[in-house]
Amino acid sequence: MALQIVDGCVNCWACEPLCPSKAIYAAIPHFLIDAKKCTECDGDYADKQCASICPVEQVIVDSQGAALNPPGSLTGIPPERWERVKAEIQAR
Amino acid sequence: MELTVLGQSQTEISAGGCASSGCGSNDDQLNHLPEHIRAKVHNHPCYSEEAHHHYARMHVAVAPACNIQCHYCNRKYDCSNESRPGVVSELLTPDQAVKKVMTVAANIPQMTVLGIAGPGDPLANPERTFDTFRQLTEKAPDIKLCVSTNGLALPELVDELCQHNIDHVTMTINCVDPDIGAQIYPWIFWKNRRVYGRKGAEILIKQQQKGLQMLVDRGILVKVNSVMIPGVNDKHLEEVSKAVKAKGAFLHNVMPLIAEAEHGTFYGVMGQRGPTHDELQELQDACSGDMNMMRHCRQCRADAVGMLGEDRGDEFTMDKIEAVDVDYAAAMVKRAEVHAAIEATLAAKQQKKNETFISLSSLSIPKKESRPVLMAIATSGGGIINQHFGHAREFLIYEANAHDVRFISHRKTDLYCSGDDTCGDGESVLQKTINALKGCEVVLCSKIGYEPWGMLEEAGIMPNGEHALEAIEDAVAAVYKEMGEKGLLDKKPETKQRATA
Ligand code: SF4
Ligand code: SF4
Ligand code: SF4
Repeated sequence: MALQIVDGCVNCWACEPLCPSKAIYAAIPHFLIDAKKCTECDGDYADKQCASICPVEQVIVDSQGAALNPPGSLTGIPPERWERVKAEIQAR
Repeated sequence: MELTVLGQSQTEISAGGCASSGCGSNDDQLNHLPEHIRAKVHNHPCYSEEAHHHYARMHVAVAPACNIQCHYCNRKYDCSNESRPGVVSELLTPDQAVKKVMTVAANIPQMTVLGIAGPGDPLANPERTFDTFRQLTEKAPDIKLCVSTNGLALPELVDELCQHNIDHVTMTINCVDPDIGAQIYPWIFWKNRRVYGRKGAEILIKQQQKGLQMLVDRGILVKVNSVMIPGVNDKHLEEVSKAVKAKGAFLHNVMPLIAEAEHGTFYGVMGQRGPTHDELQELQDACSGDMNMMRHCRQCRADAVGMLGEDRGDEFTMDKIEAVDVDYAAAMVKRAEVHAAIEATLAAKQQKKNETFISLSSLSIPKKESRPVLMAIATSGGGIINQHFGHAREFLIYEANAHDVRFISHRKTDLYCSGDDTCGDGESVLQKTINALKGCEVVLCSKIGYEPWGMLEEAGIMPNGEHALEAIEDAVAAVYKEMGEKGLLDKKPETKQRATA
C-alpha cells in the first residue's frame, strides 16, 4: 500500500512537509515516495496528504497507476480543451 | 480614446475632500500621511511612487509551495500564486537567499527592500521564509523585509511574522464575496483537506480579512493587491477597495490580469481576456476615491532584482555569487552614503516641485476648457527623462491637467530596436509600441529616430526630445503649458479612436 510520484512533478516541496510518515524525499529529477514508509496516511488523515496539496494533475498515482488528481480535477480546465489549445499553440 | 473618464474622476476626487486620496495635489500620495508612516514608506519602491525612481528592491524565490490555487496561476511551469509572471529560474535555499541578498545589497546600494513573494505562497512555506528572515534580521539590519501572501495562513503566523524587520505586508485580495471567489479559486488546502469552490473561497476570504485586521492592529502597513479580471471581479473591486480601506489597509494596487493561452492557466486556456488600458485606468480612478492607489507596480517576477521595471537578476545567479566574499560592514557604510545622497536629491526635488505647482496653477488657461492630457515618458529611472525612445521597454504615463501633474501607470512595450542591425521586423514592433501608447498625445524621451517620429505623428502622438534630462513632472507641466499657449487644450484631440481589446 503505497502511492508513487511520477514524471510531471515540479519539485514544489508542497507535499514533503505534510507527509505524516516522512516517506517523501527530494530527488532528481523529481520528488519520490519511499514505498516502504508510505501508509497512504492511514490512521493519520482521512485524505492522502500529498495528493491533497499537490498542484499538478496526474503526478501522484496509486499502486494501480491511477492518478489521484485526474486531468481537469485541479485546474478546472476540461482536458479536451487543453489538448486543443496546446495543438493551436504548437501550430503557431 | 476618450479622456472623459479622467475628467469624471477628477470631480470625484475633489468631492471626496481631504480624507480621500489625493487632496488636490494627487501627485504625492504620501503628503497627507502621518510622519511615522511616511518614514516607513519613503524609501520603499513599491509603496512610494517617488521612491520607485530611486530605490531598488529584490525578491528571493525561497517559497515554492502554495496552499491555494488561483485560476490565473499555473504551477506546472514555474509557479506563482502571488506575482505573475511568476517565472523563477532558480529556487533558493534560505542560506543561498541570504548570500544573494547580501551580495546584491553590496553591489546595488540603492537596494532597500527584500521581499519574499513566492513563487508559491511565502506563508505556505513558513520554515523557509522565516529562516531567511531570521538570518537577514541579524546579518543585514539595514534591509527592510517584506512579504506577500494570499492570506490563508496569515492569522496563525502573524505574530511570528511581526518579530522580523517588517514594516509592510502585501496581501492579494481579489474579492470579498465567496460567489465571486468561487470563480477565481478552484480550491484551497485547509486543515489537511482540499476544499473546493464556494466553500473554499469563503474560508479564504475570512482568513484574509482576519489577517488584515491583525496586521493593522499590530501597526503593520498593508498593501492589497487585486487582479482585475473582466467579467469576474471588475465590478466588484470597488467594493473590495472600500472593504479593505475600512479595515485599515494602506494602499490598494489593482493589477491587470495577464492570461495568455501559452501560460497554461485556467483563464489563459479558457480564453478569459485581460482588461484594456482604459478599463484598468477607469477602475483605478474609481477606487482612488476611497484610498491610495498604487499605479507603478510592475508585477515583478518572484526573483526580480533592481529598480522596478528593470531586471538585473542575471547578474546575480547563484553560480556567479557563490564564490563572492561580501564585506557587509563596509557595504553598510557605502549604502548609508548612497541613501543619504538620494534623500538629498529628493528633498531638493520636492522643494522645486512646490515652486512648479505655484506657477502651474497660475496658468491663465480657463480651467473648464483646459482638458487633461496623457503623456508617455521614456525613462530608465531617477525621475528624469533619460531614455531613447527606441530603447524604452516601458513608458510611464503621466496626466497633466489645469491643477497638477500626476502619475497614472506604466505601459510595457516590446523593444523594437536593440541599437544594432537586428531591427529586421522593426516596423511591426514599432507599431506595437504605438498601439501601447494609445490615448497619449505626447511622448517625451531623450532622443528619437526619424522613422518612429513620423509614425508617431501620424498616430496623433507628438514626439518631444526637447526635455531630455529634465525632471519628468517639470517637463510634463512645461509641455502642457505650451500646449495651452498654442490653444491645443481647448479642442478635443484629433485622434479619438477608442482603445479596443
Ligand atoms: S499518502 Fe500519506 S503517507 Fe503516503 S506519501 Fe503521501 S502523505 Fe506520505
Ligand atoms: S506536491 Fe506534487 S508537484 Fe509538488 S513536489 Fe510534491 S509531487 Fe511534486
Ligand atoms: S510585485 Fe509589485 S509590489 Fe511586489 S515588488 Fe513588484 S512592484 Fe512591488
